[in-house]
Amino acid sequence: MKNRVVSLFEKKKKNILSVFYTAGFPSLNATKEIAEALQQGGVDMIELGIPFSDPVADGPTIQASNKIALDNGMTVTLLLEQLKQIRKTVSVPILLMGYLNPVLQYGIERFVKDAAAAGADGFILPDLPLDEYLDSWQSLVEQHGLVTTFLISPTTSEERIRKVDAATKGFIYAVSSSSTTGTRTGFDEDQVAYFKRLQSMQLKNSFLIGFGVSNRETYQTVCEYANGAIIGSAFIKLLQSSTNHQQDIQTFISQLK
Amino acid sequence: MKYQVNEKGFYGQFGGAYIPEMLYPNIEELRLQYLQIINEPSFQSEFDQLLKDYVGRPTPLFLAKRLSKKYKANIYLKREDLCHTGAHKINNTIGQILVAKKLGKQKIIAETGAGQHGVATATVCALMGMECIVYMGQLDIERQRPNVERMRILGAKVVPATSGNMTLKDATNEAMRHWINHPTDTHYIIGSVVGPHPYPDMVSRFQSVISEEIKSQLIHELGNPFPDYVIACVGGGSNAAGAFYHFLNDEHVNLVAVEAAGKGVDSGESAATTALGKVGILHGSKSLLMQTADGQVVEPYSISAGLDYPGIGPLHAHLFETGRVQFLSATDDEAMNAGIELSRMEGIIPAIESAHAVAALSQLSLNEDDVVVINLSGRGDKDLETYIRWGKY
Repeated sequence: MKNRVVSLFEKKKKNILSVFYTAGFPSLNATKEIAEALQQGGVDMIELGIPFSDPVADGPTIQASNKIALDNGMTVTLLLEQLKQIRKTVSVPILLMGYLNPVLQYGIERFVKDAAAAGADGFILPDLPLDEYLDSWQSLVEQHGLVTTFLISPTTSEERIRKVDAATKGFIYAVSSSSTTGTRTGFDEDQVAYFKRLQSMQLKNSFLIGFGVSNRETYQTVCEYANGAIIGSAFIKLLQSSTNHQQDIQTFISQLK
Repeated sequence: MKYQVNEKGFYGQFGGAYIPEMLYPNIEELRLQYLQIINEPSFQSEFDQLLKDYVGRPTPLFLAKRLSKKYKANIYLKREDLCHTGAHKINNTIGQILVAKKLGKQKIIAETGAGQHGVATATVCALMGMECIVYMGQLDIERQRPNVERMRILGAKVVPATSGNMTLKDATNEAMRHWINHPTDTHYIIGSVVGPHPYPDMVSRFQSVISEEIKSQLIHELGNPFPDYVIACVGGGSNAAGAFYHFLNDEHVNLVAVEAAGKGVDSGESAATTALGKVGILHGSKSLLMQTADGQVVEPYSISAGLDYPGIGPLHAHLFETGRVQFLSATDDEAMNAGIELSRMEGIIPAIESAHAVAALSQLSLNEDDVVVINLSGRGDKDLETYIRWGKY
């Protein structure tokens, strides 16, 4: 079977919406119904967060969701089991996103193999160094038909963006500002200049913009320059207050698009 | 060169720079420039001058006669407790603030557990007229009030870390988050030999003045630079890295690291990382780490706030794995007893961190001619409250 991420970016070039949430949040077994509601609402891709005790790149909202998920008893093993169940009803691409240490303890080879078997399409591991990926992950990941997405930020050099582009099959995750997740609202001139710079680089991969995308306005702004957007903290906030996931998720997505 | 960091930032399998992309430019800037900066003659002369005139170096190497008689060996104390601000921490903060200036940074951030590194950072920021923000766990702020006020008197802003368990690990997370959000004008002064490369190497180099002095003091005292033992406590491991550094290739010198066993290595309340940890990644480097089977970081415990870190620096993990350094541990009780003993026998009240190193004396089989150097990393003033609560004196 062709990788779902690769297929998505071949078919669709504009207004791609990817949503991040933490597995096991707000309740341990909510993972599946949230994925189903996201697909029904029309999102193009799901980033399923592997909770970690020390999420250094995340702001307070996602930190809190990590802690709650861990307190609820979420583990890598359980997450992969839930993913298997999710795959019975959900067909959009799913990436597993998280910090390296839980993956390291699970075992790198075992993780890649089991993730592929459970129906994942790839990974986003923000603290995995690019060189280490190229040396000891890439062939394993590709052998299992998966992809890995890397982050770039406004301070990433052009040379390094080219290197990331060359190593990527799927899409590039462009962080909108030098910040942790969920700390910004709206975009300033510098950020827009950065989006334009990326647009003009003619990268071989599509790129999505994340961090600071929280509503219709910011979603539409980034879609002008990128192939789409990633929403994380704003969606976690919705889940925090939602009493009817199905309905609230549908409303949230319809208000964005 | 066996124990030096390699060009990729590793000590054996440990080290590296496992950081999100948002930190990559900061770390890369530092990595590309730190050696060049600290090897410049102008840097070295300013660093040496400040260590001499401001910190009060060289610190004495004191022959502890009564302790020597009791343990039947020649026991010397390296008096880092006599450094300005009361601990070895300032050797590193002086070095790093000079690096920050060379890099053109205007603001300094730091993390602190017990507050010693925070005070040492606030001190050098006052000295250099730079803005200073120190992250400290909310719980530690409540436990270490006097150090919080010392930092404030020195003009630093102390920001409580309210995530996680609200201690050193979380303060470090918050400092890293701050740095992600302020990448261009800010330098992060990490307080131990932890964090992404080049921090472990850079901090080791700044602390290596300790072993450099021990060597020349022993030559003066005994005619040769080699003791039989060097003993130091290890939390993250900066004082141990400094005390071991120039002896690493002198394989006949026994190097002994003492971790905090807390209420006992197997009690569930301990900070003995080499006994309890597995290979893991935290705060940007691969090292030994106390964690669950699922890779979640475990909160350590020690009566000494400076030793309750869930990992150790990657250099130490490598020294442990290769067997170059012998790792021992001391419980709360053993450390407190050693602290009282040193106070009574030599008139020196040690920091409870350093008391762990003193506690190792009774675990070693020493010979009468052995020369033993204990790195007395800090003084006990900050721990008065803990000594009082302990009560057994």
